[in-house]
Amino acid sequence: MPEQLLFAMEVTLNGLMAGVLYALVALGFVLIFKASGIFNFAQGVMALFAAMTLVGIMDGQVPFAHLINATFGTDIHHFGWHVPALLAIILTTGVMVLLAIGVQKFVMGHLVNQEPIILFMATIGLAYFLEGLSDLMWGSEIKKLDVGLPQGINETIDQVTYDLFGYGFFIDNLDIVATVIAALLVVALVLFAQYTKQGRAMRAVADDHQAALSVGISLNFIWVLVWSLAGFVALVAGIMWGTKSGVQFSLSLIALKALPVLMLGGFTSIPGAIVGGLIIGVGEKLFEFLLGPALGGATENWFAYVLALIFLLFRPQGLFGEKIIERV
Amino acid sequence: MLDASEGYTTADGRKIGGVVMEMKNITLRFGGVTAITDISFDIREGEIRAIIGPNGAGKSSMLNVISGFYVPQEGEVWFRGAKRPQMKPYEVARQGIARTFQNIALFEGMSVLDNVMTGRLTHMKTGLLSQAIWKGKAEEEETANREVAEKVIDFLEIQHIRKTPVSRLPYGLKKRVELARALAAEPKLLLLDEPMAGMNVEEKEDMSRFILDVNDEFGTTIALIEHDMGVVMDLSDRVVVMDYGKKIGDGSPDEVRNNQDVIDAYLGVAHD
Repeated sequence: MPEQLLFAMEVTLNGLMAGVLYALVALGFVLIFKASGIFNFAQGVMALFAAMTLVGIMDGQVPFAHLINATFGTDIHHFGWHVPALLAIILTTGVMVLLAIGVQKFVMGHLVNQEPIILFMATIGLAYFLEGLSDLMWGSEIKKLDVGLPQGINETIDQVTYDLFGYGFFIDNLDIVATVIAALLVVALVLFAQYTKQGRAMRAVADDHQAALSVGISLNFIWVLVWSLAGFVALVAGIMWGTKSGVQFSLSLIALKALPVLMLGGFTSIPGAIVGGLIIGVGEKLFEFLLGPALGGATENWFAYVLALIFLLFRPQGLFGEKIIERV
Repeated sequence: MLDASEGYTTADGRKIGGVVMEMKNITLRFGGVTAITDISFDIREGEIRAIIGPNGAGKSSMLNVISGFYVPQEGEVWFRGAKRPQMKPYEVARQGIARTFQNIALFEGMSVLDNVMTGRLTHMKTGLLSQAIWKGKAEEEETANREVAEKVIDFLEIQHIRKTPVSRLPYGLKKRVELARALAAEPKLLLLDEPMAGMNVEEKEDMSRFILDVNDEFGTTIALIEHDMGVVMDLSDRVVVMDYGKKIGDGSPDEVRNNQDVIDAYLGVAHD
């Protein structure tokens, strides 16, 4: 096989893996949007907040250390202990559930029946609040996150492909793990939505609020539940991105990449979020590989948005979104 | 006036029990508009109770008060012998009051069976964790709930569309699915908001038959709203008549039919 084709295959594989991470963020958006019609601009910041909290807990960092020290003239930064990764993840999940309860109680609970644009604005406010809170709680320096996920080149794939084609594929172990975890997460979410009482209630709320009330479903409870789920998905995305490129504030920008993913996949479809993520991931990598040199490079920065724009022109509801039918 | 503890026997010989729900001096205002003015009536165990009146009389508002969607400014709601504190609609539903809507509120994306199953949600007690860990118990519960749902589906003759997404069904069948969902909850009180609105004669006859059969077979207490006089008179045991938010008549269909206020409200009064 020619070298170029093999290289393209490698790029495609890497694109698929990157797409999984986009899909993870997009998934959080879809969950909340489906159940409450809220487009949660804060999803990316939630991933950042979750990752920061996880690192903070693992390293035994004192939350609000700077604030405490500045107020009381103390000099404390660390508790002096280290929390094992698994326990820290469980604790962070707890924090995300508390966050969900807080969001519902103090923000969304007061905005029931408001226009979507108002809810959207509220989530922008929430994004800024969370960003500030993350900074205040855990500091703004770039942190290393290591929960024990394997990293670096996968030797087996490198070896096997070298033996087969005479060209070793470079696939990062972390990407493989991310793909597996994302797949498990999606399967778990689908099982939850289809087969549990709460999942059924969640789908009911997503479909019709009035009808849901009439069969005894508490909207408040369901909204806390979906914000918690979205928080958990944000945590998983935060772990993956954080492990890959360090926990830093630019993490919140991955939310922007999730927008074209959603436009492609449709805002209301879980499979859509996944397929959309994969298409964007592969698309931007392949585009850069094929046309990048001719266009002066750095096409990854804009490719996703242009693709989304084209989709908006020809299929505004996305690949899997609900078709908008206007009855006259 | 009827005694609260004792029931009565209907013309066709059915025994009607004690008071299930009692509305005491209900007044409901929206800003400056008074939708319901000082209305009292009761609903008794096993009866079909109708609330009728011309358009805009406040019938739907009354149903929304009973089901907790509206909160009246004055008056008390008594359910099964206890005064009901202010409740959210979902809490009212959990108490055993199921309802349908005038404009059909179904879960359009779900199949008929799934819709009917949501009616069983209040009967599902297993927690989330035990559903994940102890599969057996959750499955047992699911099977039991499924049986009730299937029974209701059979009863309302919608077996052939069990798996069809609701969005594809014609209007008349949607109304029936909504009734099935409400019925699946095995309610102590079933509220029907204009169950025959927008139906043709044949569909109306079907729906009337189902309402009678439900009442007969399951002994369900039913309160319904309708503005089609003819249908209501054949169906119901007792009728409340509303006009401009006030109660102008209450009694058996025959009593109501001969009530001068009711006749005036429906046919208009000569102004001389």
